[in-house]
Amino acid sequence: MAVLVYAESWNGSFKKATFEAVSYAAQLANKIGTDAIAITIAHQGDANELGNYGANKVLTITNDTLNTFNNQSYAHAIVSASNHVSAETVVISNTNNGKAIAPIIAAKRESALITNAIELPSTLSPFTIKRKAFSSKAFALFSSDSNEKVISITPNAFGIHEIQVSTTIESFSYNTTDSDQRLKSVSVDSATGKIPLPEAELVVSAGRGLKGPENWGMIEELADLLGAATACSKPVSDIGWRSHSEHVGQTGIAINPQLYIAVGISGAIQHLAGVNASKNIVVINTDPEAPFFKAADYGIVGDAFEVVPKLIEAIKTHKSNN
Amino acid sequence: MKILVCISHVPDTTSKINFTNNNTEFDSNGITYVINPYDEFGLTRAMVIKETSGATVTVINVGPSSTEPTLRKALAIGADNAIRINAEPTDANYVARLLANYAKNENFDLIITGRESIDYNGGAVPGMLATYLDIPFVNACLGLELNGNQATVIREIDGGKETLEGNLPMLLAGQKGLVEEKDLRIPAMRGIMMARKKPLTVIEAGNAEKQTSVIKFDLPEAKAACTMIDADNVDQLVQLLHSEAKVI
Repeated sequence: MAVLVYAESWNGSFKKATFEAVSYAAQLANKIGTDAIAITIAHQGDANELGNYGANKVLTITNDTLNTFNNQSYAHAIVSASNHVSAETVVISNTNNGKAIAPIIAAKRESALITNAIELPSTLSPFTIKRKAFSSKAFALFSSDSNEKVISITPNAFGIHEIQVSTTIESFSYNTTDSDQRLKSVSVDSATGKIPLPEAELVVSAGRGLKGPENWGMIEELADLLGAATACSKPVSDIGWRSHSEHVGQTGIAINPQLYIAVGISGAIQHLAGVNASKNIVVINTDPEAPFFKAADYGIVGDAFEVVPKLIEAIKTHKSNN
Repeated sequence: MKILVCISHVPDTTSKINFTNNNTEFDSNGITYVINPYDEFGLTRAMVIKETSGATVTVINVGPSSTEPTLRKALAIGADNAIRINAEPTDANYVARLLANYAKNENFDLIITGRESIDYNGGAVPGMLATYLDIPFVNACLGLELNGNQATVIREIDGGKETLEGNLPMLLAGQKGLVEEKDLRIPAMRGIMMARKKPLTVIEAGNAEKQTSVIKFDLPEAKAACTMIDADNVDQLVQLLHSEAKVI
């Protein structure tokens, strides 16, 4: 019956997306009338923290062979835990690691897999759930008759909901097998201190209107000032002005932050697909006919090289007054 | 080396999405279909392997006969042969099972898919297929180096990259980075002519379980009109973001 949620850690701490996944699992469990049980793997901090988001119980796995993320061994450990607590539903956040384990868990458990979920199920019988489709150009209402389900939720769609419950911690053991470890991690190259784009609340993005990679200084300054992540359009990543990992759009990263500021991006349909779920969109473009204005909440027609420095100053003034 | 590239037949990225039949079916009216962009990076990487170290490249699709032009395009780009499993690809598990039923007896060294299709974006089939074949699965793969049977792969992680090593066989769910955009190939006339003679085999679908179905589709709500702000008055934008949008 129970709902099991994978509480993902990064470098030993919980991710923001983890609190959202636990919040989701707690509300789903409440709707079904069962418990939300979280599972942590190689987490170093206090797992009781998950009680703040509604986890009734936390299974913790600490096993030297699981210190480094490995999608097969992590997926198999979660399957083993789901059997241990007789979970019918497993909840995962659709992070890169979540995407790497969800289909394995679903296949091993013979569960229906619903990815990119954005809401709680609208009905439990039949089980129906709304998810993103067509690269955020549309939504699809998915239904499943399977008793066993794996639900992978889009980061930043459901939100974090604090609800204090008393939680118990139970250690759980899983022994990795040789076949779990067929792929070995050699090195990890991560931009420290940077906010991962899919989880970012605020995003500042720029396109070809910036004319060259040397002009990104003001974009980074604006982003730093706001505590935002930086992103870019596809042409900019294709020409190599910015890294592929910053490309948002239909064939890049899909985001849904609270605020998306687009500078010098015209707003082609492929770009809009990846960003139109943003709650507030600001568009700064020299061309008053740029299609992006139709999808924006706030627009400024003007030269980025004049508007962005003014915006930086205005935000500094606002910050010092508030 | 035997490489299998799984191809999804999807609406072109510029497509406007509409639905018919009371929002229960995708409206394919006026839609141009293409090789799923993520799959195209993988297909091109397979071509590079074929040209540099020799390989046979099979492309496969689960779909009705209307998807055959997409498979022919993959043959024109350089794949050696194509398989179409004759079924409507309505559920990820169903598609993964059908692909596994075919691939399990073929001993592919490398299976490449896209990290997701741009229509349903489930990202489910690759990991399920790898699990049914009991081979390792690398998601969001943006780099591959082969040294005989040994593979060094790079995958995207949140905010960075991870390098992994292992032996073939394995399944890579790829994206840009496997090759670059400029490396993608447009079929030349010679390739298109040759593709007509290459084998495209149709296999009837066996039994496999469907676990999900789509009840209906929705389009996002239209945005209210954009509030335009004068370029000389960015203070107003900051005020609106603070008091109206409440984001700063």
